[in-house]
Amino acid sequence: MKTLFFAWRYLWSRPLGAALNLLLLSLGLGSITFLLLVSYQLDHAFDRDLAGIDVVVGAKGSPMQLILAGVFHIDVPPGNVPLQAIRSLEQHPMVARIIPISLGDSVSGFRIVGTTLAYPAHYQAVLASGRMWDAPMQVVLGASVARTLGLGLGDTFAGSHGLGGGGHMHGDNRYRVVGILQAGGSVLDRLVLTDTASVWKVHEDHGAEDDGKDEPMDAEREITLALVQYRTPMAAMSFPRFVNTTTAMQAAAPALEISRLLRMLGLGTEVLRAFAGVLLLTAGLSVFIALWSAVRERRGDLALLRMLGAPPAKVAALLLWEAVWLGVLASMLGLLLGQAFAAALAWLLQLDHSLLIGGMVWPLELWSVPALALGVALLSALLPAFSAYRISVLELLQSR
Amino acid sequence: MISTRGLSYQYPGGPLLEFPDVEVAQGSVLILSGASGCGKSTWLALVAGLVAPTSGAVTVADQPLSALKNIATDAWRAKAIGFLPQKLHLSAALTVAQNLALAQWAAGHAENRQQIAEALEALGVGALASRHPSQLSGGQAQRVALARAVLLQPRVVLADEPTASLDDAAAADAVALLLATARRQQATLVIATHDARVAALLAATAAGDNGFQRLSLLAPVLLNA
Repeated sequence: MKTLFFAWRYLWSRPLGAALNLLLLSLGLGSITFLLLVSYQLDHAFDRDLAGIDVVVGAKGSPMQLILAGVFHIDVPPGNVPLQAIRSLEQHPMVARIIPISLGDSVSGFRIVGTTLAYPAHYQAVLASGRMWDAPMQVVLGASVARTLGLGLGDTFAGSHGLGGGGHMHGDNRYRVVGILQAGGSVLDRLVLTDTASVWKVHEDHGAEDDGKDEPMDAEREITLALVQYRTPMAAMSFPRFVNTTTAMQAAAPALEISRLLRMLGLGTEVLRAFAGVLLLTAGLSVFIALWSAVRERRGDLALLRMLGAPPAKVAALLLWEAVWLGVLASMLGLLLGQAFAAALAWLLQLDHSLLIGGMVWPLELWSVPALALGVALLSALLPAFSAYRISVLELLQSR
Repeated sequence: MISTRGLSYQYPGGPLLEFPDVEVAQGSVLILSGASGCGKSTWLALVAGLVAPTSGAVTVADQPLSALKNIATDAWRAKAIGFLPQKLHLSAALTVAQNLALAQWAAGHAENRQQIAEALEALGVGALASRHPSQLSGGQAQRVALARAVLLQPRVVLADEPTASLDDAAAADAVALLLATARRQQATLVIATHDARVAALLAATAAGDNGFQRLSLLAPVLLNA
């Protein structure tokens, strides 16, 4: 215990140097923490939102755009597809379930999604209050939508055309809030859910009321895309090809597109990781230089410790503990910095209503940060400690 | 008690130092004198068990040093030898009391605040316990360093050039303090010095006591130089 105390005192006997080293180490560790957290959260977000969706069917165009628009709601969809075409897919023997998604309107930047009750059920959404919709123009709000917009049960609002803010307001067709979901961490948190028919109703400019003549109307109706669940994994081989070749629609497999996306992101992360590595290396060198000069400076003091009866290992341990202190302090600061950066990014993204990253998480990989800190600190202390170990007391006696 | 027989030390690639035999009774005083380079430091290092002699035998405080091995030597030195270095080497990062605690830590003892307080009190610097060495005068710092040297009640106190760069009055104080402290602890006192005033001061103050002896070291014989 006493060794820890003396090492602490020696560390802070040069406050400026110690603070600078601490800062360097913390910055390096902070960037690594940040990278770990963001990639963990991204993976997690992708996994969570993708779960159980085998393929997405929508208008021809970029498959990645279709996935980003339909599953993660961060891009605009490539276009609409006829409802009839999706209906006919439902009959396909390999399809277990289809969730229709109709996009087009938003409220203050949050998307209004026309769908069926199967969509919230798919993400195991739980109501915080109210109930699910049972008629068009009733909406259920995701948790962050309700929080951000300050809407409660019974409130009404008008959607605006387009997925960003500032489009034409559909003032004559107001939505009414009938339910609010609990925050589940999924994409639903930032969506406004309603019945598919609501979207049709809002966009039927000529006021064509649903007057029981469903069949002829259906022929003209469109939805944006459909999330498809297979009956058998074997379908992955043939179903996309079937859709792409025999219909005017495209089928995109999220797993494929996301791994493509992550590969592209991966390059960026590699660069950041290399940068963090350089930062950490610099910090390690700086700690080494500081400890090395500390040994030179305190040569006499260290030799005196030997004279006072301390075995060489004890003198070396004093120096190692000094490095350990630095490592411990730096990992705490670095983790704090990284978490703060990640929280700031989550906040920024949330303002943007895009991918939801957030909440303090502690993935297992994060333990590598303190381990790395101790590793770097001990490695840089190795040579100074060895030189302290070898210190000759005779030199002390002879230094006049 | 210190006794040496046929002591010599060969520096690797350097001179061979040969030391005259000496027999110092427990509680008496030895002045180790000689010009610099003639082996005072080496003699101190041999007696403190910091280096092994090339030939000969040393017995300090009834302990033949040849019987000790590394760690045991460190533990023995902590207990048996008190050392007052010329540059004092009080750690600037620590308070006076912590500097003494550092000695207890180095010796592998548990911290004993009472022992520290008593040692400081005995040298009249008890009030300075919470100061930092930079806030001490030269004389105060030397007293603190002496308190550290005798903290663990060693049988032998080695003082290296305790009067260097002191004026006559301060030198007299320093020698008197060393003598009084060694006598209180009944420790054998060795003063390594090239300062002629020390012998004169000892002759004046230590008369009637156990007395003191002198070990004058001569310039080393350079073999094959």
